[in-house]
Amino acid sequence: MSLSNEIIIEKLRSQFGDQILSAEEPYGMLSVTVKNDFNLKVLTFLHDNDELSFRFLTDLTGVHYPDRKGEELCVVYHLHNLVDNVRMRIKIYVPIEKPDVYTATGLFSGANWMERETYDFYGINFVGHPDLKRVLNVDEMDYFPMRKEFPLEDQTRVDKDDEMFGR
Amino acid sequence: MQEQLNINLPQGSIEKQTTRLNLGPTHPATHGVFQNILEMDGERIIKTESTVGYIHRAFEKIAERRPLYQITTLTDRLNYCSSPINNMGWHLTCEKLLGVKTPKRVDYLRVIIMEIARITDHLICNSIVGVDTGAYTGFLYVMQYRELAYEIYEEVCGSRLTTNMGRIGGFERDFSDVAFQKIEKFLNEFPGVWKEFENLFNRNRIFIDRTVGTGAISAERALNYSFTGPNLRAAGVDYDVRVHTPYSSYEDFDFIIPVGTSGDNYDRFMVRNAEIWESLSIIKQAYQKVQAFKGTEADVYHADSPEYYLPAKADVYTKMEALIYHFKIVMGETDIPAGEVYQCVEGGNGELGFYLISDGGRAPYRLHFRRPCFIYYQAYAEIVKDTMLSDAIVTLSSLNLIAGEMDA
Repeated sequence: MSLSNEIIIEKLRSQFGDQILSAEEPYGMLSVTVKNDFNLKVLTFLHDNDELSFRFLTDLTGVHYPDRKGEELCVVYHLHNLVDNVRMRIKIYVPIEKPDVYTATGLFSGANWMERETYDFYGINFVGHPDLKRVLNVDEMDYFPMRKEFPLEDQTRVDKDDEMFGR
Repeated sequence: MQEQLNINLPQGSIEKQTTRLNLGPTHPATHGVFQNILEMDGERIIKTESTVGYIHRAFEKIAERRPLYQITTLTDRLNYCSSPINNMGWHLTCEKLLGVKTPKRVDYLRVIIMEIARITDHLICNSIVGVDTGAYTGFLYVMQYRELAYEIYEEVCGSRLTTNMGRIGGFERDFSDVAFQKIEKFLNEFPGVWKEFENLFNRNRIFIDRTVGTGAISAERALNYSFTGPNLRAAGVDYDVRVHTPYSSYEDFDFIIPVGTSGDNYDRFMVRNAEIWESLSIIKQAYQKVQAFKGTEADVYHADSPEYYLPAKADVYTKMEALIYHFKIVMGETDIPAGEVYQCVEGGNGELGFYLISDGGRAPYRLHFRRPCFIYYQAYAEIVKDTMLSDAIVTLSSLNLIAGEMDA
């Protein structure tokens, strides 16, 4: 394995400088946080650079952090360099009022449904996506169910009363 | 004749006319809840629009309220043709986050069960491909060995389809003697049956005509579509999570990654066939390794991590610590360390990934399943474009799509 996490982060820093907000290695996987407008540029750089060649999109998903003001929604990309067998993670944070993120469908055809799923559950608007509509939920749904403001039913709630079975 | 039939239609209109065909969501040929709205020109498919989500059950949301051990039952219901792999994948994810180190014997037992699960998964997929090309016999013939595999699961964990097998750190109990006998029986009898199944198909004229060259995808497109598992290997890319990111001591085993060349239905079928033989060889090796343990090591079936592994009932009644841990685990009151992990396993149909974020609470803050089916089903429209409808049906089953996994 010739490509190490240090080389990757060094290359990213020299190319993008301040746009790389932070880098850490939880459980051995390099996790880089990028300024929100730069996701596509970073992904393209990682994809096209011959030495890095992160050409396989393993996973794309969203996370909601209601307590982080101004950066409530997070989009996480898991990339894989199949030649050197290195995995890494790219994260971007966007405000919930304007959750616009550039689409990665131009680079990875597989990102299409993954982005639709992320839109479906978190309402992240992937700018430039060819067909951004709900994928798992019904089209008529008017909210984004995986956001934290929709908690699952509390086991201890008292407003429901069921005489037959109790609660 | 032609003129007579179209007598009431304007000149030339029949040639441009396309038909809309609703394939699914419940159709015997789709083997699951898949809906495709096809734009057809005669029997040729011009455009496909896939609809998914008919059995979406919001597992990721449900998981955000459950303690780790209760999420195992959710993973059962992803790819239900090989639930033990999903279970083990989930336990591995938890173990990675919690820092639990499993003993070698547990790893090998897991390998045995995961490879049996892989065989059942491939067995179903390949025999269904047979059914869709008109050969029902093979399907019925090999099904009795899936039954034997399910009996092994039953012996190990008590249930058959949705197994909820194992615990964080190991298994709930040691494999019984009957389980080992059944594994031996499987190893002795299944190869002959599978050989016969292969004889029925591999060089069968009808089967070859139906599958060679249909439903093909190039390696480049497959990678771009994030294909994994047998579908990617059939296109010629030797990517296998068991080799690239070994888990559960897969590095101790000697096996090859079978690859195809053209990525068509026949190659997918052949890659799965070859993988079944590799799996059998892995089970044999693992079985020998398990039998080779001596002394106290031969009885180990779980890691020594009292905080996360449910203590034995006898200890709960007699030891205070065991009682405390018992309650903490059962009531889901164990705080899990903060952190984020991505753990993947080679599932029956591709890389099954678990992305777990914990904020230090009792349930995951966020859990995402990387479901291989969901990711490669989007390529279906591209694969079946300009092919015949009957080939599209075979392609659908040879991609090994499992609705439960796709919709999570």
